[in-house]
Amino acid sequence: MDMEAQRFLWEGAIPLQIHLHESEVTTLPSPPPALILAPRLGYLPLLASHLKPYFSTALPPGVDTIWFDYKGLPLKWYIPTGVLFDLLCAEPERPWNLTVHFRGYPGNILIPCEGEDSIKWNFINSLKEAAYIINGNCKNVMNMSQPDQVELWRSVLNGNLDSYRRVSSKLKLEAVGEMNSSSPRSRLSMGEVDVSGQVKPGRVPVRLYVWNVSEDFDDLEDAPPVDSWDKVSYINRPVEIQEGRCFTLHDAVKSLLPDYFVVKSLGTAESLTVVGDDEQRVSSEDASDDKKAEEEVETSSDDHVKASYEHEEPEIKLVRIQGIEPKLEIPFSWVANNLMHPEHFLHISVYLKVRQVNNTMS
Amino acid sequence: MEVLSWDGTLSSRDFQAAARVFAENWKQFNPALPPWTWVPCLKQPSRLSQEQGYLSLEKICLLGSNKEDEQEDVDEEEPEPVDNATLIESAGPQVCYYDFHIVYSDSYRVPVLYFRGYYIDGQPLAWDEIEKDLPACSSKVLLESKWTFITQEEHPHLNRPWYKLHPCGTSEWMKLLFLGDESLATNGVAVEQYLVSWLSVVGQVVGLRIPFDMLNHHKSCN
Repeated sequence: MDMEAQRFLWEGAIPLQIHLHESEVTTLPSPPPALILAPRLGYLPLLASHLKPYFSTALPPGVDTIWFDYKGLPLKWYIPTGVLFDLLCAEPERPWNLTVHFRGYPGNILIPCEGEDSIKWNFINSLKEAAYIINGNCKNVMNMSQPDQVELWRSVLNGNLDSYRRVSSKLKLEAVGEMNSSSPRSRLSMGEVDVSGQVKPGRVPVRLYVWNVSEDFDDLEDAPPVDSWDKVSYINRPVEIQEGRCFTLHDAVKSLLPDYFVVKSLGTAESLTVVGDDEQRVSSEDASDDKKAEEEVETSSDDHVKASYEHEEPEIKLVRIQGIEPKLEIPFSWVANNLMHPEHFLHISVYLKVRQVNNTMS
Repeated sequence: MEVLSWDGTLSSRDFQAAARVFAENWKQFNPALPPWTWVPCLKQPSRLSQEQGYLSLEKICLLGSNKEDEQEDVDEEEPEPVDNATLIESAGPQVCYYDFHIVYSDSYRVPVLYFRGYYIDGQPLAWDEIEKDLPACSSKVLLESKWTFITQEEHPHLNRPWYKLHPCGTSEWMKLLFLGDESLATNGVAVEQYLVSWLSVVGQVVGLRIPFDMLNHHKSCN
C-alpha cells in the first residue's frame, strides 16, 4: 500500500455545520449551529462528546440518544461519515449542513446505538468479516489480545495512523493483486503489475451503495436529494479478482450489479465470477442469452420503446470512493489496496441512472 | 464434494438449491406448521438475473409462558417432550410472533439467521422481551458475548433493523458436523442436507426446532 495515499485518507475530514433540531430547542434565541471537522473515516455519533456539551443548555430534560439527519433522511451511524457524504451529497456541500437530534430515535429505521461500544463492535465485526473474506477465517481478529484490540480501536477513534499500522499489521491481511506478497510494498505501482499481467487472485471486501436515480440530470447540482434509504441499494458482496488479467474498477462495479449489467462476451464472463465455479458457468450461459437478446434488439430497432426497456443498460453516472471519483479503467487491485477503510472494506458509492419506460413515446 | 477437503461453506447457487429442497421437505414433515417460503429479491426486474433471495418463516407464535410451543400455531396443541433445561418462566401470557429469515452471506458463504419479534398488534418486542423467550443456553452466551453472538443489524434485503446470529464460526462447525457423519464420509457432502443440518444447530439458539423425522429423512436419502 502507498503510505502517502494512506496518510492522505486518514487526514481526510469534512467540515460540518450541525443544527439542533427545532423540536428540541428550549431556549431563545436558539443555539447557533456547531461547526466541526469530522474525520472521513469516523462515525457520526462519535461527535457526541463535542456536540452534547455544546447543545446541552438548549435541550429539554430527558434521556439522550444522539442521531443525525440530512434533509430529513436519518443517517445510518454504522456507515463512515465520509461515505455518507459521498453518497448523499451529489454535489459536495461545504460545510455539510446536518441536523442533530438527542430525542426520538427512529428505531424502526436505524439500528440502535449504545454509544461508543456499539460503534467499536460494529467496526470489529466488520474487520472480522473482512478477514474472513481475505483469509477464509477470522482467527487473527478473534485471537487479538485485549490490549491490541483496544489500541486498534483507539487508533481509529483518534485517527492515529502510526498506531493503526503497528497493530493492524499483526492481523496479516495481505493486499490483493500483488504477485509477490512478501516484497516491499512501498512504491510498487499497479501499472507495472498490469504490464506483466501478473495479478494475484483474491477476494476483496466491498460494501457498495447504489443510488438509483430515475430523474435525468446533467449537472450533479441538479441531482434530487436522496429522501429515502429505499432508493439506495446496499450490496455487501466480495469482489473476486481473477488471475492473470487486468481487472478494472469498472469490471468490479459491474460484477456486483448482475441485475443491471449483462455480461457481454464469454471472455468477460470469466472475470465476472463473484462466487464460485458454478456461478461462472451461469455467467457464461447468461452471456450467450444476452447475445441473442442483442441481436433481437438490432433486428427490431424501430421498436424503440420496447427495446430500451428490455435491453438498455443503466448508466453509471458517478463512482465515488473516499471522496475521489477515480477513472473506471483503473486496476481494481490498486483501488482496493489504496482506498480501503481501516476495517479493510472498500466502500463504493455509485449513482446509477436507471432507464425507465417512457410512456409518452408509445 | 469430499468431506475432508470441504471447508464448510456453500456457494450462493447451492444455497438457492438447498433452500428449495429444504422448504419442500419442511412442508412434507410439518404439514401443520407454517411453510418456509422463498422470497426472491431483485434489485431490478431482469430476465438474466441469478435469483437472489432468502427463506422466510413468518408469524411463528410464541405463547409467553410456554417455551415448548415455539413452532406451533396458537391452536396447535401437540404434546412435546418437556426439556426442563430450556424451560424459562415468562412474565405474562401475552402472544408474540416471530419472523425468521435465512439469508445467504456472500462474505462468509454460509446461511445466516435473521429474526424479529412483535406483539399481535405489530409493535416490535424490546430486546429484553426477546431475551426472555430465548433458551437458557443462549442467555448464558449472550452474557459472555454481547456483541458477537446476536446483535441488531440491518436486514440485507429489507433495509430495516433485525436481529442477526453472527455467522463467523458457521463454516467451521458445519464442517465438524459433516465430518462426524459416517454416511457422508462415503457419499460426499450433499448440498440438500446443508440447511436442515445447519438449522438443527442454529434453531436451538432461538428455540426453533426441527422434527427428528426430517433430519432422519435426509440421512436415509443419502
